[in-house]
Amino acid sequence: MYDVIIIGAGVVGCSTAYWLSQYEMSIALLETHNDVANGTTKANSGCMHAGYDPQPGSLMAKYNVEGSLMAKELCEKLDVPYSNDGSLVLAYNQQDRQTLQELYKRGIENGVKELYILDEKETRKLEPLLSEKVVGSLYAKTSAIIDPWQYTIALAEVAVENGVDLKLSNEVKAITKENDIFTITTSKGQYRCKYIINAAGVYSDVVHEMIGEKEFTIIPVRGQYFLLDKNEGEKVHLTLFQCPSKYGKGVAVCPTVHGNMIVGPNAETVQFEDLATTTEALNYIKERSALTMDCINFRDNIRNFAGVRARSDRQDFIIEESKSVKNFYNLAGMASPGLTAACAIGYHVIDWLNTKERFVKKENYKETRKKVRFKDLSFEEKNEMIAKNPAYGRIICRCEQVTEGEILDCFNSPIPPQSIDGIKRRTNAGMGRCQSGFCGEKVAMILKEKLNIEFNEILLDKEGSNILMSKAKEGDY
Amino acid sequence: MYDLIVVGAGPAGLSAALTAYENGLKKILVVERDKEMGGILNQCIHNGFGLHLFKKELTGPEFAGRFIEKIKETDIEIMLDTMVLDMDKNKNVYILNTNGYKKLSAKAIILAMGCRERTRGAIATPGDRGAGVYTAGAAQRYMNMNGYSVGNKVVILGSGDIGLIMARRMTLEGAKVLACIEINPYSAGLRRNIKQCLEDFDIPLYLSHTITDIKCTNNRVSKVIISKVDEAYNIIEGSEIEIKCDTVLLSIGLIPENELSKEADITIDERTKGPVVYENMETSVEGIFCCGNVVQVHDLADNVAMEAKKAAKAACKYILEEKTFVREIKVEANKPITYTIPQKIHLPIEEKVVDISFRTNKVLDKCVIKVTNSNGEVVCKYPREYVIPAELEKINVPVSLIKDEQNSITIYIEED
Amino acid sequence: MIELICIGCPRGCKLLIDENNDYTVTGHSCQIGVEYGKNEVLNPTRVLTTIVKIENAIHNCLPVKSSKPLPKEKLIEVSKALKEVVVKSPVKTNEIIVKNILNTGIDIVATRDM
Repeated sequence: MYDVIIIGAGVVGCSTAYWLSQYEMSIALLETHNDVANGTTKANSGCMHAGYDPQPGSLMAKYNVEGSLMAKELCEKLDVPYSNDGSLVLAYNQQDRQTLQELYKRGIENGVKELYILDEKETRKLEPLLSEKVVGSLYAKTSAIIDPWQYTIALAEVAVENGVDLKLSNEVKAITKENDIFTITTSKGQYRCKYIINAAGVYSDVVHEMIGEKEFTIIPVRGQYFLLDKNEGEKVHLTLFQCPSKYGKGVAVCPTVHGNMIVGPNAETVQFEDLATTTEALNYIKERSALTMDCINFRDNIRNFAGVRARSDRQDFIIEESKSVKNFYNLAGMASPGLTAACAIGYHVIDWLNTKERFVKKENYKETRKKVRFKDLSFEEKNEMIAKNPAYGRIICRCEQVTEGEILDCFNSPIPPQSIDGIKRRTNAGMGRCQSGFCGEKVAMILKEKLNIEFNEILLDKEGSNILMSKAKEGDY
Repeated sequence: MYDLIVVGAGPAGLSAALTAYENGLKKILVVERDKEMGGILNQCIHNGFGLHLFKKELTGPEFAGRFIEKIKETDIEIMLDTMVLDMDKNKNVYILNTNGYKKLSAKAIILAMGCRERTRGAIATPGDRGAGVYTAGAAQRYMNMNGYSVGNKVVILGSGDIGLIMARRMTLEGAKVLACIEINPYSAGLRRNIKQCLEDFDIPLYLSHTITDIKCTNNRVSKVIISKVDEAYNIIEGSEIEIKCDTVLLSIGLIPENELSKEADITIDERTKGPVVYENMETSVEGIFCCGNVVQVHDLADNVAMEAKKAAKAACKYILEEKTFVREIKVEANKPITYTIPQKIHLPIEEKVVDISFRTNKVLDKCVIKVTNSNGEVVCKYPREYVIPAELEKINVPVSLIKDEQNSITIYIEED
Repeated sequence: MIELICIGCPRGCKLLIDENNDYTVTGHSCQIGVEYGKNEVLNPTRVLTTIVKIENAIHNCLPVKSSKPLPKEKLIEVSKALKEVVVKSPVKTNEIIVKNILNTGIDIVATRDM
């Protein structure tokens, strides 16, 4: 029996777990997939927005700005890649310039600091390779980029170390309530609790309606992306947005914290988690991106992917107790700026819980975690690490210079990986330009050994994504 | 301080190291990231190697074995399980292995890092992203080193040699290869491989087709949609064919691996993705040479070994300071020739002949390869029965015919 | 006239074999082509290159080949027949792994030391 069960181990659920784990309470975190951060959290551009975009007075505005201010310190504590590069919203005509003025006013009202309207010359000084069509910009100095999956994994790891019970591969199937106690039935078992925090992303309306009435609807909106080689990454310095116009929000061109370039997303409604990429959307993104930069070499694309955002029919975050079910708290509709807002949203969940019961902060709890990133160590530090553990002397992923030591470290972490992509998200192995062409087999064999599984149980990512099917000479011919 | 450091112990590195040794160099180090010598040849268990060099048809491991045996009889130092993480233009390399991270220096360096495979992202094939999509070389490694088959019902994208070889491998080990899909109207691989890898096993080859969608069920590939394309590579509406399968192997090209070369500020040719080289395989940085797939994608390991010999001999000459040249000329290429190796030629040189290799991006029947000087005069010509993109073409230009050239020579092809 | 691609070497010459004239071969560039052409029409053979399991070695598989070309239609059968073979390291190049596989008179040999 738990005090609190959080449903969904995406960035919002893990942030909630992180902050709540600092209090005296028993917490379980339930996740459908075999890893945290395996939904929308891992498939976005990693932008920590400044906060000029949401409507003043909205929940999005409040939590976006608060989250944006919390992010730097939190990422330092969690040893998560974070880069405060700033962002530009680009204007292409007079109409756009007016829109920038509106965004600027909105930003000021929302409490965003260091916002500036720049003319064309000042804009080009910051970003020399912009297309000729750009006439000005809104510069937000507080905008940043992070690694969203390392961020979420770090939040979850600290939560687990503080005592949170992480239950992976537990898909919530049914929720009932009797005498103020919830019973959640999952694909693996049953769990009981007093309070439920619903952070189930694209499925949060489905989860709510397992026990409550329809109070909101999630509209899954898919966005597709190009992830380009680090050579292309060198062309872009700030996160570049296109001014929203009657044609829509436009397409972004952003650097990633790892030095790549990300181009996208588009926006199209889909059925739940349809994560396919499509020719039409990819062509659209390519064409639109030329407005920002027409020198992008798409032949150096290393990967396409898609993420589905959970937009709510209220056009705002839904952060409230269910009206039909007492003690059931919805954190839903976490479309952009969900990633930015997540740390603030999770931070304030205790405010709601404290209206129900008094929860006391723990005397001792973990707030930080540290990670070995071998390639960032100095010459001397590298040799110290190898002397301690020779596995740091063996490179597994050549593109990202990830060592065997770092990969083996994952298996000693609070949330060991269950798949090749789980190792990728924790170490960057396989994320580089050869897309695990060189390291894939090595990573797979390490996973097989550490998890003590058969070759045909090795997963690329989610359940069902087995990478090897049979042994030589044992197929059907 | 080493005389020579060779980066990579595949066919290029092994051949270079041996040649350097046979030419009298004393302190030679070969650095190899794998736990054994042989490079990619260890997983190329098929035959077709060595016909030129050894007059025998050998498998990849046998070909590598010939060099490895000889190397074992020398005092060439080999560091296995060692990665070169960095290099600078002062010929220092920074190596990493379980003994530590060290800086080593040499009088000359030969780069032989080979290449990597192009991935799905490079051609932006849309669709789902479950398990079941591999580059052909990755599938080859799983099969030949571990005995694991990546799938049972396979579609191969790209008719390059690696894809064709894997079509045969997968079939021999129990899988069903359903089709080989090639976007061009001609195959990218050797004709012998079309015969012995596809025709022998009744595997259909769809020319002028490409994969336009990959669909997964329960996170594993379950089918692909292929479509016909026109001469401009545009999809022809209504030509879709669905093929149920669980595996897609990509054989869509190789890219020379020059991350290290870039660290040392070596000039890279955007057309080849390899270093700009002189006729002696020297890069734009003095004393750093290169050979093999890191320079241009070769078809035959035999040619890789010969190119490596050239680089090694040049490295030896460099160390002994036996330089004869004082100037350089450029080698230009006209379409459909996409690039030449070398891109520059030192003059004057002792050699009687300069080998120039190149590829075209068009299939050509009877034609003549011509070399002109910067005045537009034809200095030599080479008739050919055919020149095709799948086969690396080579001409031997007599130095006597270009020794007075001051600017550049141009290679082009005239069709009959 | 039968048209064939010679697979004797990477050149892949286009051969013409006259089945009405004692299988005379034209279009070849070397002797390999002459022999291959006639053989391919009358009795097509292929060298089999495959793997067998190996224990206590640097890899789990040992690359092997047939010591001589096998009848083309027997390739898959021979590959299948090697399923249960497990070799113990060390092995030397050209060491016979299986003698007279499936009564073909042809051996399966190692193609490397391991």
